[in-house]
Amino acid sequence: MSGFPILSIMLAVPAIAAIACLLLSAENARRVALVATLVDLALGVMLWANYDIGGAQWQFVEHGINVGRFGWDLGIDGFALLLIMLSVFLMPICIGASWQAITTRVPEYMAAFLFTEVLMIGTFAAQDLFLFYIFFEAGLIPMYLIIGVWGGANRIYASYKFFLYTLLGSVLMFVAMLYMAHTAGTTSIPALMNYDFPSGVQTWLWLAFFASFAVKMPMWPVHTWLPDAHVQAPTAGSVILAGVLLKLGGYGFLRFSLPMFPEASAQLTWLIFALSAVAVIYTSLVALVQNDMKKLIAYSSVAHMAIVTIGLFAFNRQGIEGAMLVMLSHGLVSGALFLCVGVIYDRLHTREISRYGGLAINMPRYALFFLLFTMASIGLPGTSGFVGEFLSLMGTYQLSTGIALLCTTGIILGAAYMLYLYRRVVFGEIKSDDVAAMPDVSTRELWLLAPIAAVVLWMGVYPESFIAPMRKDVGVLLARIDRATPISDSRPTAGKPAAITAAHEGAH
Amino acid sequence: MILFIVFLPLLAAIIAGLGNKSIGAVPAKLVTTGALFASCALSWPIFIGYLMGTTTAGVTPVLHFIQSGTMDVAWALRVDALTAVMLVVITTVSALVHLYSWGYMEEDPDQPRFFAYLSLFTFAMLMLVTANNLVQMFFGWEGVGLASYLLIGFWFRKPSANAAAIKAFVVNRVGDLGFMLGIFGTYLVFHTVSIPEILAAAPGMAGSTIGFLGYRFDTMTVLCLLLFVGAMGKSAQLGLHTWLPDAMEGPTPVSALIHAATMVTAGVFMVCRLSPMFETSPTALHFVTFIGAATCLFAATIAMVQTDIKRVIAYSTCSQLGYMFFAAGVGAYGAAMFHLFTHAFFKALLFLGAGSVIHAMHHEQDMRYYGGLRKQIPVTFWGMMAGTLAITGVGLPGVFGLPAIGFAGFHSKDAIIEAGWASGNPGVWFVGVLVALITSFYSWRLMFLTFWGAPRWAASEHIQHALHDAHGHHGDEHHPEEAHGNSPEAEDAGEHPHADGAHHEELPHGTGGYHPHESPWSILIPLIILSIGAVAAGYVFHSFFIEPASGEEYWKGAIAYREQLMHAMHGIPTWVKLSATVAMLIGLGTAWYAYIRNADFPAAVADQFRVIYRFLAHKWYFDELYDLLFVRPAFAIGRFLWHRGDEKTIDRFGPNGSAWIVVRGARVAGRLQSGYVYTYAFVMLIGLTAAVTCVIAK
Repeated sequence: MSGFPILSIMLAVPAIAAIACLLLSAENARRVALVATLVDLALGVMLWANYDIGGAQWQFVEHGINVGRFGWDLGIDGFALLLIMLSVFLMPICIGASWQAITTRVPEYMAAFLFTEVLMIGTFAAQDLFLFYIFFEAGLIPMYLIIGVWGGANRIYASYKFFLYTLLGSVLMFVAMLYMAHTAGTTSIPALMNYDFPSGVQTWLWLAFFASFAVKMPMWPVHTWLPDAHVQAPTAGSVILAGVLLKLGGYGFLRFSLPMFPEASAQLTWLIFALSAVAVIYTSLVALVQNDMKKLIAYSSVAHMAIVTIGLFAFNRQGIEGAMLVMLSHGLVSGALFLCVGVIYDRLHTREISRYGGLAINMPRYALFFLLFTMASIGLPGTSGFVGEFLSLMGTYQLSTGIALLCTTGIILGAAYMLYLYRRVVFGEIKSDDVAAMPDVSTRELWLLAPIAAVVLWMGVYPESFIAPMRKDVGVLLARIDRATPISDSRPTAGKPAAITAAHEGAH
Repeated sequence: MILFIVFLPLLAAIIAGLGNKSIGAVPAKLVTTGALFASCALSWPIFIGYLMGTTTAGVTPVLHFIQSGTMDVAWALRVDALTAVMLVVITTVSALVHLYSWGYMEEDPDQPRFFAYLSLFTFAMLMLVTANNLVQMFFGWEGVGLASYLLIGFWFRKPSANAAAIKAFVVNRVGDLGFMLGIFGTYLVFHTVSIPEILAAAPGMAGSTIGFLGYRFDTMTVLCLLLFVGAMGKSAQLGLHTWLPDAMEGPTPVSALIHAATMVTAGVFMVCRLSPMFETSPTALHFVTFIGAATCLFAATIAMVQTDIKRVIAYSTCSQLGYMFFAAGVGAYGAAMFHLFTHAFFKALLFLGAGSVIHAMHHEQDMRYYGGLRKQIPVTFWGMMAGTLAITGVGLPGVFGLPAIGFAGFHSKDAIIEAGWASGNPGVWFVGVLVALITSFYSWRLMFLTFWGAPRWAASEHIQHALHDAHGHHGDEHHPEEAHGNSPEAEDAGEHPHADGAHHEELPHGTGGYHPHESPWSILIPLIILSIGAVAAGYVFHSFFIEPASGEEYWKGAIAYREQLMHAMHGIPTWVKLSATVAMLIGLGTAWYAYIRNADFPAAVADQFRVIYRFLAHKWYFDELYDLLFVRPAFAIGRFLWHRGDEKTIDRFGPNGSAWIVVRGARVAGRLQSGYVYTYAFVMLIGLTAAVTCVIAK
């Protein structure tokens, strides 16, 4: 594969297709978009197949044109590989989900999605600080359009809120990046990952990055844009928002905050832990009382993302690998849940939970898929949700038992709100004729849901496929942050078996 | 071999579940039932191999699972003496329940789904008992939870069934929280989740301390108690028991398989599996004993006053599980497993018998509307009789030189009560004897109300329906087992002075012209086979499980073995040995007096001790308390945080505030139309590019 610029091609294919879409009719735009995303998926599979697990840290490296300090530098490690795979996997599904649901301005819509794909892949593949920044921030623009143009009734408010939230974080992060480029004299991300900033400066830089990543994540209390954005976005918009865009924050912590500012990360772990623990309990309880399906899943996303942040800041292997797996799993599962909502929204045009009920009667196949994704969201072992959540919480336990206890309550609350949702939508009696008239999932919808279901089970039964590519990178990261690892609150002492055995025998 | 035992049910579940209605009911039933009988046929030779002492423990690897640093987990199937016991219990009861369901679910339109769930459950349970590491055990643990959830809510149109299903899952999750933290802690201490490695290393950690939630505790106590919380949830022990009685909303075969014979015993299995670990913490064992004894007594008191036949048996299960835990708590793990083994047979028998009664009585579950069924459904009657003789522990104690011989429960329960005494814990022994008395009372009460006395069928709504509609079909709207006992009104009716056994005084007498029919053979054959187990399992197997010499040879270290205790059990005084039998006879006599001799007696007692009666009838008010403490506050806080937190605080001072400033400042509110979104996006892009260019150009 040496010399073959596969990453650039993966960026070029959707970019060219996007421009082509703008010039085509609705029907042709759909086809071009689908083909382009499938080609990118095929390229992604090639990328994974040729990725040398355990080999060089950065692979498929490309050094393109250089303008001043700015360079077209691409390259991926295991983390980036997995997140690129997630993006290219979800993208054809998004196009398929929009096949019939979107009828206005189809060429523009398809172009917006293809641009999103370019920017997502670019974000994960960028090795230059400013190249990353452009991809990272510009990724919001198509999303902003998708919500603002093809969204629901209250779309303007939602897109405006989305924009305002992300704006502040971006500005601070940009300033921090300028400082870093100036001080370190390089904009190469791999170089910066090994550059030691003075610890006083680290804290400020960390906070500036945190402002951006916390919003993207989203962490409590800057999460309120997410429910509105999801509710207003079209189905495919929600899928990509939950599936990939929410992973940008986690990727940012992994790529920038932890390796570039290890001391600051250790110092501020308490902040991450506190916000995450609040988020798990707070948003789970809020999810419990939602009447809107999309809002409920959006709030559950905030709770899941909190499991990601505690895992990342656990400073150990289980935590980081678990956090990555939660990101991947959540991308698949919440995406699939939004698709499930979309399936019935397309039929009845409402997201009001109380309008549904008894779908198991007339939509048994739908009920099965929805059950699988519900269980994956709850973290049932055997599905993708379990492995990540388990490892992430296990990692956290090694640092703080209290935070692990608080966040593990998420498994109880998660079961409560998801099963309560499932019961109201799928179980019970059919309450009205229009619900009774809803047909089961069509072949097209089956093609959207079945691949995700397969991967969810794959990741649940044999997660090794997904852990192996990042194993070495976690090791590199741990080696970098090891010096700052906070002290655990457990610290078991050595046993005194003899003394206890004697006392024990005496008791009987 | 073990691969087939475990994976055949999974395969069958997939075929029946995905095939569902397209392959039809009969093929689905054939595939699942066939798979289970095959598993069962393969399991017995393994168990017999252990009984003969010819087989040794082994682990069959299947697939890599999770590897994260030193946390290395594989899918693997472990078979040893402990697993072998569980294998035969699970596959035998499951196969018989599959067969039974042919008859019991005959009229249900969703049979493939039902059988798929049953087989899926069996697979998960087998994964649980063959686990060689804690994570796979957790997989099985949650898998059975899922199957239980699906089966309790099988009749998903019924609101009460859905509520019960969610309750079962969520309450179990509270236990799982403890289990998960227990696994985390275990890994932290031992750097492994492999059960044999943990058990080998556990004695070495005795006496160490560990930080937990900011305090320092004894390491092994913390770990054992966290894991035990998981066991409490799954085995419905005091505090986390509330889901089990509600789980009776599921079809009766499900209650027999999951909520009596197998799943609920998973907690006992776990404590026995990890017994060398529990042995390192006397505090944890005391806690196990206490919880077991408390549950045992508590559930038995409630069983005395329930009127729904399934709920009586459900509370009885809860109580018997308590017996198993206190046996484990005092160190008699063999006795705990023995009771688990015999209990599986006689409790499945009682549930399936109750199902047969319900079937005969046209879905009526309230014992107040039964009576005089002895002659009508003789096979069911004799089956239930065998179960009752087993659970109450009828037998001849081995005193005055006579050999001990009796029904299944006699051998296992008396062993537990004797272990309580032998462990030097008279309080626990006393609770054991007292509960033996209560058990005898409520079991015979059930028998007398159901099979003796005059028929009281005419007052039942279900029977009335059957009489009006000769074929008994109510279309899709009707679901079997619309329980009487779970609505508040019905419970309040129970408080009526003339309630309970005396009810027939005011109810119209007689049969109302209804003729109960004996169930079909597919139902009766499982009853007959289980009856054999209930009669003989105790006598045949007791030497392997609990006798000092042969027991140790059988277990071969699969469970912790306290030799001293086993010997002490043989040296206990004669009057202690007799105590359980005497208690059983007193219970029988009381039930006979109250429900046959003098039928006004229960009402008089209920009237006399109204407060106590009401307290018991309301199941110690646990449901009401939890509703008040957890369910309502969760919803109220959720609403508060949503409206007051997100909307009124964060949004108001956050984005809405800044939006307001921006909008006011620029007066663009009117122009924020969809068409302008493009412009905004474009401006963003230009700004971004300009900013970056500016920097780069420097």
